[in-house]
Amino acid sequence: MIAAIGSRLMQAVLVMLAVTAIAFVMFRYVGDPVAMMSREDATPAEKAELRSSLGLDRPVLVQYGGFVTRVLRGDLGNSFRNQRPVVELLAERLPATLELVLVATLLALAVGLPLGVFCALKPDGAIARAIQTLSLVGISMPTFVTGIALILVFSVTLRWLPSFGRGDVVHVGGWTTGFLTWTGLTSLILPAITLALYQLTLIMRLVRAEMIDVLSSDYIRFAKARGLPAHYINFRLALRNALMPVVTVTGLQIGSLIAFAIVTETVFQWPGMGLLFIQAVSFADVPVMAAYLLFVGFLFVVINMAVDVIYALIDPRLRARST
Amino acid sequence: MRRGVLTILAGLALLASVPASAQTLRWSAAGDAVSFDPNAQLDSFTQNIHHMVYDPLVRRNRKLEIEPALATSWEIVAPDRWRFKLRQGVKFHGGEPFTADDVVTTVMRTIDPTSRNKGNLSAVIRAEKVDDYAVDLVLSGPYPLLLNDLTGIFIMSKSWLTAHDALKPGNSTTGVTTYASTHADGTGPFKLESYDPDSKTVMTVNEGWWDKPEHNLKRIEFRPIKSDATRVAALLSGELDMIAAVPLQDISRISSTSGFKVVEDPSLRLIFLGFNWHPELFAMPGEKNPLLDPKVREALWHAIDLDAIQKRIMRGKSRNVGTLVAPPVPGYSADLDKPLAYDPDLAKKLLAEAGYPKGFKTGLACTNDRYISDEQLCLAVASMWKRIGIDVDVKTESKVTYFPRQDRGEIDIWMLGWATLPPMDGFSVLSSIFASRKDGYGGSNAGGMSFPVLDDLARKAAVELDETKRRAMLVEAFKFAHDQALFIPLHQQPLAWAMKSNVDMPQFPDEYVRPWFAMAGT
Repeated sequence: MIAAIGSRLMQAVLVMLAVTAIAFVMFRYVGDPVAMMSREDATPAEKAELRSSLGLDRPVLVQYGGFVTRVLRGDLGNSFRNQRPVVELLAERLPATLELVLVATLLALAVGLPLGVFCALKPDGAIARAIQTLSLVGISMPTFVTGIALILVFSVTLRWLPSFGRGDVVHVGGWTTGFLTWTGLTSLILPAITLALYQLTLIMRLVRAEMIDVLSSDYIRFAKARGLPAHYINFRLALRNALMPVVTVTGLQIGSLIAFAIVTETVFQWPGMGLLFIQAVSFADVPVMAAYLLFVGFLFVVINMAVDVIYALIDPRLRARST
Repeated sequence: MRRGVLTILAGLALLASVPASAQTLRWSAAGDAVSFDPNAQLDSFTQNIHHMVYDPLVRRNRKLEIEPALATSWEIVAPDRWRFKLRQGVKFHGGEPFTADDVVTTVMRTIDPTSRNKGNLSAVIRAEKVDDYAVDLVLSGPYPLLLNDLTGIFIMSKSWLTAHDALKPGNSTTGVTTYASTHADGTGPFKLESYDPDSKTVMTVNEGWWDKPEHNLKRIEFRPIKSDATRVAALLSGELDMIAAVPLQDISRISSTSGFKVVEDPSLRLIFLGFNWHPELFAMPGEKNPLLDPKVREALWHAIDLDAIQKRIMRGKSRNVGTLVAPPVPGYSADLDKPLAYDPDLAKKLLAEAGYPKGFKTGLACTNDRYISDEQLCLAVASMWKRIGIDVDVKTESKVTYFPRQDRGEIDIWMLGWATLPPMDGFSVLSSIFASRKDGYGGSNAGGMSFPVLDDLARKAAVELDETKRRAMLVEAFKFAHDQALFIPLHQQPLAWAMKSNVDMPQFPDEYVRPWFAMAGT
């Protein structure tokens, strides 16, 4: 067991190294921020001095080595754009992203699960078919289109909800939360719907497929033959078994939601990590980009590792194989 | 119980936002202040935001002329020594009185080797206190643009900087982050209440401002929105009172919505094309560079249909130009502001005379995210040149990769926008673009262009204290550039802001938002 976790950890370290290496190769092509950090009429000497003070005149391999060494010491460097420590910037933005992702996930589950069950129980009904068709739209519509459409309807036309930002936030220790104010809560609605839409349809279709599968299995037929009540069969027996893969997928999807909140955050000016990243890209702010990629890589590694470990704990067959 | 707490909190939040309606200006732009430390960045939008909180020694009035601010008068006591008399009775937001010590500290902090904007005050070598209300700035030599430079140097409080251990400027490479990068204590018309990057910056009026307010604002809420569509939507939904930088395609939609207006003016920024002056073009290695021939450059100019670009791409909002500075800027001359006429036949004839009857091959590169419609502009120029037989290899790319390439001179024909900021003077074109790259000149002369007459004019104008003579030198340089077709000026970029009908925010071609001139509806 310990050996299994150990080898997992080794793999995780390798993955992280690969992420940073790929990131650095990419940064070779993202240009440098010197033009944006200089005055319009800066002299060549001023630009050269700035470039060298940022370490951009050194070979990429040397820059990479420096970056990895600093990361190992727990130092992610300073942002070129804001002149502030990257760790501080990420920490400031993390709450916004996590709250958005949390609400989006809850929303996706709260709506996706019942709809999926409904569609599975009446697979041929007109309503179920309509939901199925609509879900195709949800899965194929680009996020920024959904976001802008929601803004036009609910902010510009109806004027019910704020079109951007996080509203008023409350500082609780090092955390900022939008859950405690009215503007904070209303500001969450549109971005959360936008972000949740894809996952919602995914969960719905998954639940439906799993439910239909389980409902046609032998033990459900025996349960029916025994005359057990329908709601007991559907919810206690069938749904529970159908939920296993849903839990896994939802867990893994949380990682993607955090990573892909970029578009939603940009459309709604949601001050999270995605917005920070987009701004870093348009400024060639390499330390922020590197740190963000590192963070997302880390997140995926941790989630995957947790899933693997939990599987190993639950399933004796997997445990036996990995030792 | 829990619900009760939530309700109370929600109620408090509502209460907290109530005073926001009275003479509050809620506005937005695409960018945000990257830091509140005036010496930690060179971003012009950030400096614009700082100007609301900090005062400079001299500032620009409604006509963009330089007028006294924290300095009431000045004299040149020696060619390298300027004496400034300071305004008395001015207090910083923190209550401490403004004196010569603050000016000395600010100047020394600005020219500190680790300061990011030390280049904005490059002529100054030190500041000396004469008495509590007089300061000498000692220069490296005679320098005519000191006042222009000082309009962008914001006076900080010595005691505040000392108390917060922020006497050294913030700088990422030295790892210095100061208290001043997220807080501010100026003498300006507004006080910084909170700064929440990418989300909200709140300012309140400074009741004790030394100047008579020409605005009626009590509070400013700035909320940056990067996405153009969202920014426009937030204005139309009533969440904002004003947005700076309206995308061209949304102008008519906003101005046709009742309750809103769009204010438009040409900005100072001119877009132009520059050339590779090396012996060979990158597109034709081994052959003589055709762009060295003035006839070829004229042909390229004659081949561009500026009116079509103005109508179709810029939606009638830009102003076509023939010179490299905008009308309000010293060095401008109406005689030179005439583009060569659109005449493809003449262009072909000129090409034939130059020995290229069948055209030639050249590269053309532009940004696609820096100037208004820059990519379409570039593609349009390329297709117009193709009509006179030139084989154009067009490349458009992001500013973050384009500018380093352009700066290294790796492009045959390049596009650049120039606003002569911060000095707002034609000398910036002469010294950075016209003069060849040596002795600190030619910072943006990337193509290797070199004319002794321009180098000479740049060095003379740099030390000419007689304003009439200095302007004559600038005009002479711009005339030479026009006659030799050294560059192809295209247009002056449009500037459009949108606001509620009851908001009156004057617009300035330097794109600065100056809320101390704003009247918001009550």
